[in-house]
Amino acid sequence: MAALTREETEALIQEVLEVYPEQARKDRAKHLAVNDQSLEKSNKCITSNRKSQPGVMTIRGCAYAGSKGVVWGPIKDMIHISHGPVGCGQYSRAGRRNYYVGTTGVNTFGTMNFTSDFQEKDIVFGGDKKLAKIMHEIEELFPLNKGISIQSECPIGLIGDDIEAVAKKANKEIGKPVVPVRCEGFRGVSQSLGHHIANDAIRDWVLENRDGDESFPTTPYDVAVIGDYNIGGDAWASRTLLEEMGLRVVAQWSGDGTIAEMEKTPKVKLNLIHCYRSMNYIARHMEEKYKIPWIEYNFFGPTKIAESLRKIAALFDATIQAGAEKVIAKYQAEYDAVIAKYKPRLQGKRVMLYVGGLRPRHVIGAYEDLGMEVVGTGYEFGHNDDYDRTIKEMGNATLIYDDVTGYEFEEFVKRVQPDLIGSGIKEKYIFQKMGIPFRQMHSWDYSGPYHGYDGFAIFARDMDMTLNNPCWKQVKVPWKTAESSNVAVAASA
Amino acid sequence: MPSVMLKKNAEGKLVFYVPKKDLEEVAESIEFDNPDKWGGEVLLSDGSKYYFEPMNQQPDFPVTLRAKRLDLGE
Repeated sequence: MAALTREETEALIQEVLEVYPEQARKDRAKHLAVNDQSLEKSNKCITSNRKSQPGVMTIRGCAYAGSKGVVWGPIKDMIHISHGPVGCGQYSRAGRRNYYVGTTGVNTFGTMNFTSDFQEKDIVFGGDKKLAKIMHEIEELFPLNKGISIQSECPIGLIGDDIEAVAKKANKEIGKPVVPVRCEGFRGVSQSLGHHIANDAIRDWVLENRDGDESFPTTPYDVAVIGDYNIGGDAWASRTLLEEMGLRVVAQWSGDGTIAEMEKTPKVKLNLIHCYRSMNYIARHMEEKYKIPWIEYNFFGPTKIAESLRKIAALFDATIQAGAEKVIAKYQAEYDAVIAKYKPRLQGKRVMLYVGGLRPRHVIGAYEDLGMEVVGTGYEFGHNDDYDRTIKEMGNATLIYDDVTGYEFEEFVKRVQPDLIGSGIKEKYIFQKMGIPFRQMHSWDYSGPYHGYDGFAIFARDMDMTLNNPCWKQVKVPWKTAESSNVAVAASA
Repeated sequence: MPSVMLKKNAEGKLVFYVPKKDLEEVAESIEFDNPDKWGGEVLLSDGSKYYFEPMNQQPDFPVTLRAKRLDLGE
């Protein structure tokens, strides 16, 4: 199907909006836009980070999801207590596939669920005593933990428990960092505020732990990888490239990360930010307090990787710059072969994306390397600065949708007819049943890594495997074959 | 009175960041930008104006300062 023109896309948005009541239509209209590359600022065309409309299907999460699930959860040697009723922790447990090295239950705790399992009496009489008791139990049962974080669920804020006081007391008693995080789910409009709260907790309770302690030997090439959650091993695939070019990765935040690495981060020379949305706050803080510069980078697809490696190297001396060129040259044969193999199979295919806060723009380059085109993209919880960065990445007259509703997304897909959709588990089966190939772009559909040159090979294979799967030829959408089935019914009568 | 995080970008221009508003803009002009006096009215590239209490020396960028919004209302 030919690409839609600007007028057609605008008409499509109007058509989709038509079913809403007036108030909702007015609100939703601000969140849907046709991309215009000539704009410098996204606030001219799109509104983001606003409360979702009641009654529509949004796929956003909550502040607890942003803090426990994204920022704190992957720190493997700490125990993260889901403080409150049992469900929040249990239903989100181990869902994000943040890979790590270690023995779970002995020195690492990534896939386990710790909860204070609130009961009625804890709501009525407060849960502080229980929390204090839990921390001593943890010390007894899991003595190799390196610290505890308290991830508040909604009731903690509602009943007004003083978790900070409990944390301070426990910190003195057990002599390890105990971090209270005020990430009650009702705060903010999406998980995005949870990221911010979690960043602030790191700032207040972790980052200054080693201020004035110069015992850690530093080198001029120390960097920290921030905002890589090691989904399917992403951070490892990124880290090898940085190390090969001569940098020393001191800390990984927070995929396969440890509290010790976080405490050492203020000693690095440069912070590398992958997920800008969830970690820019702490990078800005470190820039101000410790004068550590930070840059954003993108390790999806060879074009962006080479661009990022050179950008990073430019901030160091000639050795690192030569190292970057060496790394790019070393992998060239490898990624050229990947492109040679898959590009003919994927050329010209059109993709629609709807992911969280980083991938809607970061993966565009990887698709383009394979000759594919991204015709629609949107963030669940992006802010205006994310859309600022997206406008230039996307083609003109493509669709941009913020916090898209289930209904809108389906209608867009029906009209745009992309060859592939990349989104999450909640969208997957709807679109597969519509006969459209689908990849989960949150969890890499249980594959990965997708970062780095190694990841690109897997990314290309996965996209080909999904798109060119013979099963799609077998799928007949019922409403499209209504006539033929009527005929069949008549014949059998 | 928003808190504004100020830093210099690669071109040496002042970058204005207001966390709560996701506002990231380059400052077009600063009323006083001398070694011995800094502050006053700041005009951003999106046209909005802010006011910083003038101080007797250049602040050590990056830094967070309180600013006053001058052109209230959109």
